[in-house]
Amino acid sequence: MTQSTEEFMLDDIIRGCPHSRDYLISILQAVQDRYGYLSRESIYRISDYLDLPESKIYGVATFYNQFRLKPPGKFQIHVCRGTACHVKGSAGILDTIGRELGIEVGGTSKDGLFSLDTVACLGACSIAPVITINGKFYGRLDNKKVQSLVKKLKRQGDGT
Amino acid sequence: MDTVNIVIDGVDIETGADKTILEAALDHGIYIPHLCYHKDLDPVGICRLCMVEIDGRRLDVSCKTPVREGMRVRTETEEITKIRRVAVELLLANHPTDCLSCSGNTKCELQRIASYIGIDDRRMKSLRRKTVTLPIDTSNPYFDYDPNRCVLCGICVRTCADVVGVSNFDFAYRGYDSLISTFMGKPMIESRCVSCGECVARCPVGALRPKAVPQPAREVRTVCPYCGVGCGIWLGVRGETVIASRGDPDNVVNKGRLCVKGRFGHEFINHPDRLTAPLIKKNGNFEKASWDEALDLVAARFAKCKPDEFAALSSAKCTNEDNYIVQKFTRAVMGTNTVDHCARLCHAPSVAGLAQSFGSGAMTNSIGEIRNADCIFAIGTNTTSAHPVIAYEVKEAVRRGAVLIVANPRRIDLCEYAQIVLHHVPGTDVALLMAMMKVIVDEDLQDDRFIEKRCENFEAFFESLERFDLEFAQKTTGVPKELICEAARSYATRKPGMLLYAMGITQHTHGTDNVLATSNIALLTGNVGLPSTGVNPLRGQNNVQGACDLGALPNVYPGYQKVDRPQIHTKFEEAWGTKLSDKPGITHTEIFDAIHDKTVKVLYEVGENPALSEANANHVYAALEKLDFFVVQDIFLTETARYADVVLPAASFAEKDGTFTNTERRVQRVRKAINPVGDSKPDWLITCLIAKRMKKHGFDFDNPSQIMEEIASLTPSYGGITYKRLDDRGLQWPCPNTDSEGTPMLHSEFFATVTGKGKFMPLQYKPSYELPDEEYPLILTTERSLYHFHTATMTRKGGLEVLRKCELVEMNPKDAGTLGLKNGETVRVVSRRGEVNATLLVTDISPVGVVSMTFHFAESPTNVLTSDAIDPVAKIPETKVCAVRVERP
Ligand code: SF4
Ligand code: SF4
Ligand code: SF4
Ligand code: FES
Ligand code: FES
Repeated sequence: MTQSTEEFMLDDIIRGCPHSRDYLISILQAVQDRYGYLSRESIYRISDYLDLPESKIYGVATFYNQFRLKPPGKFQIHVCRGTACHVKGSAGILDTIGRELGIEVGGTSKDGLFSLDTVACLGACSIAPVITINGKFYGRLDNKKVQSLVKKLKRQGDGT
Repeated sequence: MDTVNIVIDGVDIETGADKTILEAALDHGIYIPHLCYHKDLDPVGICRLCMVEIDGRRLDVSCKTPVREGMRVRTETEEITKIRRVAVELLLANHPTDCLSCSGNTKCELQRIASYIGIDDRRMKSLRRKTVTLPIDTSNPYFDYDPNRCVLCGICVRTCADVVGVSNFDFAYRGYDSLISTFMGKPMIESRCVSCGECVARCPVGALRPKAVPQPAREVRTVCPYCGVGCGIWLGVRGETVIASRGDPDNVVNKGRLCVKGRFGHEFINHPDRLTAPLIKKNGNFEKASWDEALDLVAARFAKCKPDEFAALSSAKCTNEDNYIVQKFTRAVMGTNTVDHCARLCHAPSVAGLAQSFGSGAMTNSIGEIRNADCIFAIGTNTTSAHPVIAYEVKEAVRRGAVLIVANPRRIDLCEYAQIVLHHVPGTDVALLMAMMKVIVDEDLQDDRFIEKRCENFEAFFESLERFDLEFAQKTTGVPKELICEAARSYATRKPGMLLYAMGITQHTHGTDNVLATSNIALLTGNVGLPSTGVNPLRGQNNVQGACDLGALPNVYPGYQKVDRPQIHTKFEEAWGTKLSDKPGITHTEIFDAIHDKTVKVLYEVGENPALSEANANHVYAALEKLDFFVVQDIFLTETARYADVVLPAASFAEKDGTFTNTERRVQRVRKAINPVGDSKPDWLITCLIAKRMKKHGFDFDNPSQIMEEIASLTPSYGGITYKRLDDRGLQWPCPNTDSEGTPMLHSEFFATVTGKGKFMPLQYKPSYELPDEEYPLILTTERSLYHFHTATMTRKGGLEVLRKCELVEMNPKDAGTLGLKNGETVRVVSRRGEVNATLLVTDISPVGVVSMTFHFAESPTNVLTSDAIDPVAKIPETKVCAVRVERP
């Protein structure tokens, strides 16, 4: 197995961080910043580097909401779960999207098109409930609206 | 031991100063609710249920608080009850309530706590949350994981990390979603889990639970039938069937721990394939026969056989008593010393080598001493697979701060725990060890006092060191010089240092030299005769030590008493009341040559499967066909038994009484749990019946206990061993008389050699017999899987087969790349002696240029490939090194 350039880069990032278990979180952040998520391979390598069981790293990665263990989708959906949005029914929005796409929070759809995450207040409470898709804001949503939004994205995705 | 006095709930208690409050209370029969505490594990104090009031002021968790002189403890106050109640209610709010159908029922700590504290049903109902049902992981063949029942005590997490050293799972997610998860939430079967079941045994509720639910009706204390560790087990019996096995917490060897084979590998006992009646081959087919018919036939044919035409192969799986009877039969009835067993194929060099240097060919120290060593040098042992519970001890030593040095061609599991890893080329152990010794001498790190007082022959040895300079060693072994030096320094200075080895050392044409190299380095550093030191050959089979001790060897009677020593010869002639041969017999490997030459014509084979286990198997198959008369005594119709003329059904370990001697020389009682299945009989009894049909005396035993009396009377090292004494604990030989408590550590004052001194042996490096060349460019080395044992006669009868189904050829990615072979495809492995197909596993555990296979699978008989070149002294074949090529079939 010859090491690919990707793997070299991964090692570079990991080895660029201090060789101490105390820095686990910073290492995870650095890897996620570069790749958008924590791959299995990256966790194996971090586990080697810090001499820490991969199950422990998995535990830490799942403890913090900020880490993703699956590659983000082509369309990254973030649903706001802040107070204002909650009051305006963001739980239902989240459920609807999840059901439409068949994924859970933190998951990525099988075709790799969609990923779904939640965030705390997006700072756009005036148009609650809010979601962002690849950073773009969609406000004043209701279940109907998100359904058609998702359908549209699906069509777009199929077209590519 | 220092003690302190404390008061718990007004009761005065004297307890060990190193105890915690909880331990002191439990020791004295005072219950304090607890969920995350387990006696085998470091306390973490996360469930808070064990809260107590100390000295009338502060509250603290009793599982983590050490006792202190004069301490006054109250286990219950209003405040404590409140804290406990809230904690338990939170747990129960999410917990299923179908206790009666949960396998944790009656053993469940949560039930116990709930009933201790008292639960208000109405309040509970109002607290109950809408339960999310998480899927149950049923992927493991032996146990399930039901996260819905988990109380997050973390006992399994700590067990897997600290007892087993696997760290398969940990806490994941948080808050309400918290659960115990494997890496990436993989199903157990795909995770790193090695199925030892240690976590299952400790889970305080029904979250990790065995699949087999039935409770045994009774339990019988005995010893695991697999490896030489000799773990104590309790077999659970229901009706006439063995349905369970659990670790014996009172056995000092394993302290309740087991590996996957000992805990789950009992399915073979009541398996439908068991032989239940004698078989006689008529016109090429086996037909069922009565015992009378079969025994008459065997006795008649044996009676016609001349002494030199007879050979017996005894069994390291059988009891000491079985082995004693087989060798006595061979010698006293058949008139020959040609009796051997599979120790020839595993540890003959240990017996031969250590007898020269130390005077006794066995583990010098005990398993329990491993955890207190400061340095462990594990060479040629994949302990995790072959001696799992000893591997737990090695990992425990590392946890306690010991340096672990691993020398192994492959990147075995133990390497992960080692500070120094030496990947030497297979077969270069002498070069590696002697180079380390040269470093030790050059840097003046040897133990001069020990060498002077306790050893001899140092000068000759010292001269032979000359040739092993670091350049030579690096070139020969492939290990960088710096690493050799580092390992040498660590082993010489971090004392006590304990050396462990297994078949990576012995299965070579220079196996005896390898063993002598290990004894040299221990002598040089003074690492013999003290606790947690020594040279420790890890014996493979459950009773291979005992089979050797009891004289199933062609040159010695029981207790290693030489057949050609006149005094000994007379002693046994007198004891057995018959003429005996004083000519040593021939060995396992030589027996098959003699069959080819038609000198040996009759073979009596008890519980062995050489068709799979002997090197150069094609040579063995051809020999078995040539025999005039071949009797096999076994529990299954093995690959070897198919060649037999008569097959006699034997009882398994669970169906007979007897003793096994484990790798640390501990003689332990094996107890009958069920009656022999079908019409089978214990091995000792079958052999005695044959002898009696041949009208021979000295085989009128009613039970194995009488056999042990005879053994004790003739075998000095077993002189003090009686069944009565073995009742509640094992005894380590030498145990010369009934006053002796046995000998956990050998050579503490004198060596067992004639001069009483440890003997240094000069050594030369000799390359392996068959080295890779253009036609056969790869080295094949053989190894073991954790999930199977030997030729897998016993382990391929149930769930273990699910855990490992087929033979794998392990190959380095580089070699696979060069050959254009892909992971998972079927490949053909070819040597000068034959070819075998198996599945390719591409892994960097295997070094470049080396492939490895086990020999557990009859459909891929690896020993067709291996070389039968033998060590000139020990006559062991070189199954660790031969040259092969791997190709697409
Ligand atoms: S069975 Fe053994 S290896 Fe598997 S998770 Fe439990 S403790 Fe760990
Ligand atoms: S599975 Fe059992 S041992 Fe593990 S945390 Fe849950 S309750 Fe404790
Ligand atoms: S370590 Fe050996 S003796 Fe112990 S349970 Fe496993 S196979 Fe049996
Ligand atoms: S709470 Fe949703 S944007 Fe502020
Ligand atoms: S048993 Fe002490 S905190 Fe759990």
